[in-house]
Amino acid sequence: MNARETILARLRAALDPAPAPVTVPRDYLRDGQVDLDLLVDRLTDYRAHVHQVAEPAVADTIAGILPVGARVVVPPGLPPAWLPATVTVRADDGHDNSEITAVDGVITAAAVAIADTGTVVLDGSPDQGRRVLSLLPDLHICVVRAAQVVANVPQALTRLNPHRPLTWISGPSATSDIELNRVEGVHGPRTLHIILLP
Amino acid sequence: MRRTFLGMPTTAPAGVGQLRGAESFPAAARRALGDAQLRRNLGHATATIRAKSGAVIGEVPDWERLRAAGSAIKADVLARLPELLEQLEQRVSAAGGVVHWAADAIEANAIVVDLVRATGSDRVIKVKSMVTQEIGLNEALEGAGIAPVETDLAELIVQLGEDRPSHILVPAIHRNRAEIREIFLRAMPGVDPGLTDEPAVLAAAARRFLRQTFLSTSVAVSGANFAVAETGTLAVVESEGNGRMCLTLPRTLITVMGVEKVVPTWRDLEVFLQLLPRASTGERMNPYTSMWTGITPGDGPQEFHLVLLDNGRSAVLADEVGRQALHCIRCSACLNVCPVYERTGGHAYGSVYPGPIGAVLSPQLTGVVDNASLPYASSLCGACYDACPVKIDIPELLVHLRDQAPHPRAESAVMAAAAYAMDHPALFAAAQRATRLSRLTGRRGRGLPPPLSGWTAGRDLPDPPAQTFRQWWAQR
Amino acid sequence: MRIALFVTCLADTLFPEAAKATVRLLERLGHEVAFPPGQTCCGQMHVNTGYQEQAVPLVRRHVRVFDPYDVIVAPSGSCVGSVRHQHAMVARRAGDVRLAARAESVAGRTYELSELLVDVLGVTDVGAFFPHRVTYHPTCHSLRMLRVGDRPVRLLRAVRGLDLVELPAAEQCCGFGGTFAVKNADTSTAMLADKMRHVMSTGAEVCTAGDASCLMHIGGGLSRMRAGVRTVHLAEILASTEQDVVTDGRGGLVVGS
Ligand code: SF4
Repeated sequence: MNARETILARLRAALDPAPAPVTVPRDYLRDGQVDLDLLVDRLTDYRAHVHQVAEPAVADTIAGILPVGARVVVPPGLPPAWLPATVTVRADDGHDNSEITAVDGVITAAAVAIADTGTVVLDGSPDQGRRVLSLLPDLHICVVRAAQVVANVPQALTRLNPHRPLTWISGPSATSDIELNRVEGVHGPRTLHIILLP
Repeated sequence: MRRTFLGMPTTAPAGVGQLRGAESFPAAARRALGDAQLRRNLGHATATIRAKSGAVIGEVPDWERLRAAGSAIKADVLARLPELLEQLEQRVSAAGGVVHWAADAIEANAIVVDLVRATGSDRVIKVKSMVTQEIGLNEALEGAGIAPVETDLAELIVQLGEDRPSHILVPAIHRNRAEIREIFLRAMPGVDPGLTDEPAVLAAAARRFLRQTFLSTSVAVSGANFAVAETGTLAVVESEGNGRMCLTLPRTLITVMGVEKVVPTWRDLEVFLQLLPRASTGERMNPYTSMWTGITPGDGPQEFHLVLLDNGRSAVLADEVGRQALHCIRCSACLNVCPVYERTGGHAYGSVYPGPIGAVLSPQLTGVVDNASLPYASSLCGACYDACPVKIDIPELLVHLRDQAPHPRAESAVMAAAAYAMDHPALFAAAQRATRLSRLTGRRGRGLPPPLSGWTAGRDLPDPPAQTFRQWWAQR
Repeated sequence: MRIALFVTCLADTLFPEAAKATVRLLERLGHEVAFPPGQTCCGQMHVNTGYQEQAVPLVRRHVRVFDPYDVIVAPSGSCVGSVRHQHAMVARRAGDVRLAARAESVAGRTYELSELLVDVLGVTDVGAFFPHRVTYHPTCHSLRMLRVGDRPVRLLRAVRGLDLVELPAAEQCCGFGGTFAVKNADTSTAMLADKMRHVMSTGAEVCTAGDASCLMHIGGGLSRMRAGVRTVHLAEILASTEQDVVTDGRGGLVVGS
């Protein structure tokens, strides 16, 4: 017997007599209206900076966040209109990691945002890019459209495709490892800006 | 001689990994209780997390319904475990991953060592994972000349301090900020000698220290919080971003998971992603959750191995009452509310799984004889059951395991005599009178004879009353 | 109403005042109390120490003795918890399905004192008088196994003269746990130390609870420390009236000298 057969045989033996089939009660909440104010509140509570602006104002908003001359990396499919002229932009074309770690910030779109938990989810689409882009730079600006916001976790899962690499982000990198208090800033971006479009 | 048949449920082997303590719980606890700094650190940390967790759980109107769903999903998983694992294997393979099966710690360690060797790397970066501690993977890697680097802040504190983890979620919970600063100053190469004990400063020091290692290491080892059979998706829940580093930067990713971590469907994650962060760190959502299905060309590791581990889990599954311990999602809520854990800390439990869940899981994984004192390391107060997001009835399990534990001969004799007397009311009444008599005549003071003397060492026994209730009733 | 008293072995042997108070209280409220003499012990100690098989005859005895009664009361949350949550399980594991069914039926008719008063008899003001500063420890089994909730506190609030002060960290275990206090005496003592610190912080002269076992533990510690706080069972407080001053003139469940 190889390990696979051994383990499966052991588990089958352990389940003899067969346990009764289980029905999972799914009466927990799934519906729910999207509340953008709640999203802003939750994001802010976990120390993300939130900017609510109309789409034409995105570039100016970003210009206000980043100093003149800052170098940013962006995924190849990011709308060019979002980018201010005051920063140096490098569109990702498979840069190596040390180059990405050296930039001042990253700008991405998002796939879904969850109001209940203050979460944005990235799924690697062309306007979000490879996972490493939103990981190595110390500052992350993420642009979310109101239509991408859902009320809760169950609604988020129905919108997401499990076959894409998914990164759920709730606030900046943080740790609770020192006396169980949340402090911001370990390995991921220490500053997170969310630009919320109508 | 005990014969084990290959296909029969089997406990975890001794001599490898960390499931058995060197001494009994009472002996280890006695020493821990004398450590005033430890008592203070634990009291402060567990009170903090209880308050945070209570607040965010209070925000969720359907918490009890989520718990019921989480518990049922796990029961369903166990009932269909073989078929779900086969489905998971098929889906992961179809998505470009390679699935390995390990019957125990020794096999799992050998698989991982071989996989790392094949990459040519002499170093791996690691995401905090209980299961790799359970099997002693770091020791196995070091033995093979491969350096494991723990990247979770608390794990790093433990590794640099040459210490042992004492909590599922926060392995360095027994250290306060001043102690962490000292450990960093002593053991972290290149650390700023002006380091303060501000948590943000300590976190920044870890960021600087690990950044180059993340960028230059080609192999990572992780555990998994969930694996979805339906899609082949793996999920890791974390806070700091070290998990994302390990799951994204290296060329090769090796994930080791206990077989019970599989869930049937994608949709099931909607339950656990609500339960876990609130019960665990007391957050609405943890900062980062990564999900991946096999390999994505051009993004992340291009080689993915999944190691499915038994190591005693089949033996736990074989016990119809005990198997609910396999529902555990390692949130550590039961530790944080446990009055015993809060005072003794995690090391007293001997195993990598401390606290209430450790007291029921470790003895089942090893066989009760090897951890015989753990089922008694609880006052059965029930706080763990109330806190558990997947409703594991830990008090029931403790009582169940006590029934299987080896009993001291003197105790057995006393219990048998007591049971006999209590089933014979005349004898019982005589014993009641004898209690009074022996207390009034023989024994001086307010002590009881051993082994009951342990109780009276710190407390006074009441004076025996002039009459028992039944004597009073008879005279009414 | 005719109510059978399940006295519990501990109250019978060491704390008869709590049991006598239960009788006096129920009779004062106009009920008839019966004491089935065949009762001994519910077997909780055996089950919780790992001797389920030896508990089977005790469960059988308990069921036989109490089956004839419609309403059964015990002045102990933990013994009622054992009847409700362990008896049927012990019977089932011993393969006795009939006993399990009867045990469940008896369990359904068995109440902890505050449950009986509030839920079955529908009273919260039992006409008691107890002019003392009192703090209430909600014992683990009453709190989490039986979920008696605020019933004891509602009863205490209605007692004339009683000054009820809230106990900090009340929901934390006192460290008794039966066999736990013996096998893990050091940890048990550490838990007790914190419980006593909280009791003393209230400035109460009396600490009460619905379990004689926990009171024995807390009272034993307070007595050893000469803390000047005494432990009194809930039943004794509810039984006291202006006329009928508590048994020993000082208030019942006195531990030590
Ligand atoms: S037993 Fe329950 S409370 Fe304890 S760690 Fe596991 S899931 Fe969390």
